[in-house]
Amino acid sequence: MKRAMLTVLAAMCAVMQANAGETLRLATTTSTYETGLLDHIFPPFEKKHGVKIHIISVGTGKAIKLGENGDVDIILVHARKAEDKFVHDGYGMNRRDVMYNDFLMLGPKDDPAGIKGMKSAADALKRIFDRQQTFISRGDDSGTHKKEKLLWLKTGLAPKGKWYLEAGQGMAATLRMADEKNAYVMVDRATYLFNKDKLRLVKLVEGDKLLFNPYGVIAVNPYKHKHAKYELSMALIAWLTSPKCQDMIKEYKKLGKQLYHPNVADPIR
Amino acid sequence: MHYIANGVKEALRIIFSADPEFLAVVWVSLLVACISTTLTTVAGVPFGIFVGRSRFRGRQAVIAVLNTLMSLPTVVVGLLVYSFLSRRGPLGGLGLLYTRSAMVIGQFILAFPIIAALTVTAVRGLDERIDLTVKSLGADSRQGFRMFLHEARFGILAAVIAGFGRVFAEIGVSMMLGGNIKAYTRNITTAIALETSKGEFALGIALGIVLLAVAFAINGSLVVMQKKAK
Repeated sequence: MKRAMLTVLAAMCAVMQANAGETLRLATTTSTYETGLLDHIFPPFEKKHGVKIHIISVGTGKAIKLGENGDVDIILVHARKAEDKFVHDGYGMNRRDVMYNDFLMLGPKDDPAGIKGMKSAADALKRIFDRQQTFISRGDDSGTHKKEKLLWLKTGLAPKGKWYLEAGQGMAATLRMADEKNAYVMVDRATYLFNKDKLRLVKLVEGDKLLFNPYGVIAVNPYKHKHAKYELSMALIAWLTSPKCQDMIKEYKKLGKQLYHPNVADPIR
Repeated sequence: MHYIANGVKEALRIIFSADPEFLAVVWVSLLVACISTTLTTVAGVPFGIFVGRSRFRGRQAVIAVLNTLMSLPTVVVGLLVYSFLSRRGPLGGLGLLYTRSAMVIGQFILAFPIIAALTVTAVRGLDERIDLTVKSLGADSRQGFRMFLHEARFGILAAVIAGFGRVFAEIGVSMMLGGNIKAYTRNITTAIALETSKGEFALGIALGIVLLAVAFAINGSLVVMQKKAK
């Protein structure tokens, strides 16, 4: 009886470990993961190197923290200031641009705040503030949230009150919430296009230069975290910035619309 | 209602077509829960038997603590283990965060109080005269112990099933320690959370149906066990 149980236990542990081929841990934002882009561009790399990329999809703030702690080997995020600090403080090495898109502001069809077509996102936020219209913020220190905070800074206002709801969740969940509540929300274009057919919210503000949304990849510093898989991370960075992968990013579409723009050749900063 | 009905229809299609992503998620749930329950049983049942049968100082306190720990919030356990397993934490060198092993560790902590406390209950619920009867019939201590285990088997099985039920259906530990990594640590509960946040209700419902089916099976067998244990 005892021997049988031990064999079963050993077999189970073996099965659990069997899956552990070479793995590379990447922390990224919900806005890159939930649109399925990574499931599209990672497999060729995984196949070529016989590696499984473990993707931990959290907000940019958390992804950067994971990089600082050395809990992951590489990060793919979208908060330039925070990325630069990450490298400057010695946690990351070899930051590279990968792709970009932009943020937009969505809201109810009847647009009670009257922001449709406004050229300045900050002014639109100010109007939402003035009219106390429900706005759903990411509230999770993500790249999107950081951008939103930057815009609030420009308005000189501190959003607070029953109308300003901080979801504390990923982009898709936050978008869902805004849609359910018929509220205003800021979203990256890829997540928007990816979910557009399920939304009743409409696109109201876009095109402001401040809504530019570039993504960067950074390897965790192996001098700070000895176990970090630096060479494999650099190989992934090489893949992400390679012409072939950049083409795959350009060709990744949902409902015929391109979600991300390659940013390696002729980069936009 | 249309919305929900469509979701259920699509969910049934996912279940019966053996959709690979769906199966992968169910497999992770089963694998991790089975391993953690097995380990917890190996540790918790003997511990429960010991506490149930022996007299020692502080025995009442141990039982009280076990009973309290049964309702540990899963996110608190997740948080605690996370702080230990993160690279910055004391056990960081093991690199266990965001692995199945981390989930097993967290689930062990969740299930242990349940399996141990319910084993104690099962043991104490037995007629004390069994030991005397068995001895008077000439059994030595080893035979006596086996007789005792035989009598306690349903109560102990109920404890193990309850432990399994707890870890199979929880999300706090799985999410925080596993990281919801596709095909690796994404199990039924974390997948339902993800799919719901994406608005993909069909897959979420399909997984929910499986979860409910397992929960009913567990509860059903628990009722049977407890009846037999009387």
